[in-house]
Amino acid sequence: MTVARRIASSPAIGVAEAPFAPIAVRGPRWDGRFTVLILFLPPALLLFTLFVVLPIGEAAWYSAFNWNGFGRPTNWIGLDNYRFVLETRAFWLALRNNGLIIAVSLAIQLPLALALALMLAERFRGAVALRMLFFMPYILAEIATGLIFSFVYDGDYGLVASIWRTFGAEPPHLLASTDTAMLAVLIVIVWKYFGFHMMLFIAALQGLDKSLVEAACIDGATRTQTLRHVVIPLLYPTIRLSVFFAIIGSLQLFDLVMPLTRGGPADSSNTMVSFLYNNGISRMRVGYGSAIGVILFVICVTFAFTYKRWFMRDE
Amino acid sequence: MSRTGTTRAPFDPAALFKALFLATIAVFVLVPLLATVLGGFKSLGELRVNPFGLPQHWEWQNYADILFSARYWQLLRNSLIISALAVTLTLIVASMAAFAFAHVRFYGSSMLLSYLTLGLLFPAATAVLPLFIKVRDLGLLDTYFGVALPQVAFSLAMSVLLLRRFFKDIPYELLEAALVDGCSYIKFFRYVTLPLSRPILATVGTITFVNSWNAYLLPLVMLNTDALYPWPLGIMVYQGEYSSEWHLILAFITLTILPTVILFLLAQKHIVAGLTAGAVKG
Repeated sequence: MTVARRIASSPAIGVAEAPFAPIAVRGPRWDGRFTVLILFLPPALLLFTLFVVLPIGEAAWYSAFNWNGFGRPTNWIGLDNYRFVLETRAFWLALRNNGLIIAVSLAIQLPLALALALMLAERFRGAVALRMLFFMPYILAEIATGLIFSFVYDGDYGLVASIWRTFGAEPPHLLASTDTAMLAVLIVIVWKYFGFHMMLFIAALQGLDKSLVEAACIDGATRTQTLRHVVIPLLYPTIRLSVFFAIIGSLQLFDLVMPLTRGGPADSSNTMVSFLYNNGISRMRVGYGSAIGVILFVICVTFAFTYKRWFMRDE
Repeated sequence: MSRTGTTRAPFDPAALFKALFLATIAVFVLVPLLATVLGGFKSLGELRVNPFGLPQHWEWQNYADILFSARYWQLLRNSLIISALAVTLTLIVASMAAFAFAHVRFYGSSMLLSYLTLGLLFPAATAVLPLFIKVRDLGLLDTYFGVALPQVAFSLAMSVLLLRRFFKDIPYELLEAALVDGCSYIKFFRYVTLPLSRPILATVGTITFVNSWNAYLLPLVMLNTDALYPWPLGIMVYQGEYSSEWHLILAFITLTILPTVILFLLAQKHIVAGLTAGAVKG
């Protein structure tokens, strides 16, 4: 009877194929599985499709129009929006700034995080407290961090100004100059994110196979040699992951820039997303903004796939 | 890893260097934070001449004024409502989907799972304009749900992956035995899977909460009414109004990051585990 019911119902269902079903207790399991599928999957799939996948598709569609978001898009202009974006100087500045952020992450932030992790993975009094302290900036909201540092950099009341004044120099307005604004933003980025990468490394170090390190010790390797030839190679997967996060994080950086500089002065500290906000969203230029979004999307996805293929094949 | 030798030399140059290095970084991290907290206790005049040190006059008034203002509590309330919605919906929707992916084999299962994980590849910002239009057309503009639902959608990919991995580790024999005893899949989910999965639910909940609590771009685009603003938007408005009265702004910043810091100290383990396990958005 159960078999008959299964045969009767399976063509109508079509989702659950029989060959996978384990043999024992068929009847109730079959019904149960079907109920689970029709009750449990749709909410997630629906939300995801509606708010994540469709908007990306629509961005591609809207990017072919000159449209302010009201009524229906009718003014088809083909690829012109993309041409406008690529002809904007600020776009290339933003792209350059994202490159700078990545460079600083790789050249300063990751080595710093790694060094700290190697120190703090050992047990000593205060190690855990220091870990927590260094991780603290990461959990603060980017908006709050940005505001704190706009105080630090403030030319009249800020900490930097006060240091300058003790040396009798005229305090600089770091965030108001095209030469220094991006530099100031980069320092905040290191301040905020090194603790996150440090925690990734600490977690990896604690998961390491201790016997390998002990074996190296017994074989007479010095501490530096053990570090260079045993510990660091064992950390490569984590380093690759950390680089991945640093790059993806840079491509979506926005909240931090807004309280500090809003991308200015003269677009000198825009990131891709703040450029998108300043030029697309705040002026409701839906077509133009969507074109920027699509470009950003293509960069993210291309990067993620290439990176996964080249560097993270085994994970 | 490297062990410091059994004999402790009082003057180990490496240890000294290490201590100095750690102290420098600790100062680099702490000074901006301490200056913010203390700055809230100073008058504007004192802040200008003495931004680093302890205040000569503790101005409790700055903090008190904010704590007794309706505005501060309203911002926290709005943030709390949005975050609670996002966390609750994410936990329900993601754990249901993860359960189906972990315990039910069906045609297209791996395809659907890869479809969901596409969400890991790009930030919400890329599609924020069409998202705005979608939310507007659904009539959700300027509502808590208009912010929370997209947040849930964007956190689903990571949440489903983390939950599914955990659910899969629950012994299959347990499910089999329960089914033989006449328990349904749904009852098993409710009475076995969920109670067994508290740690991972806490982790996923924490990630979602922190992301939602700190979010700026989505509420900025979706909300127009001051009365609905969560605190990151509210604090930007506040800063705009009191542009150079830094002592007030610093007090305001301190009070708005206080809940995050308290939560962090209370739930360190989950936060660190969650954010390092699943922080693609960071």
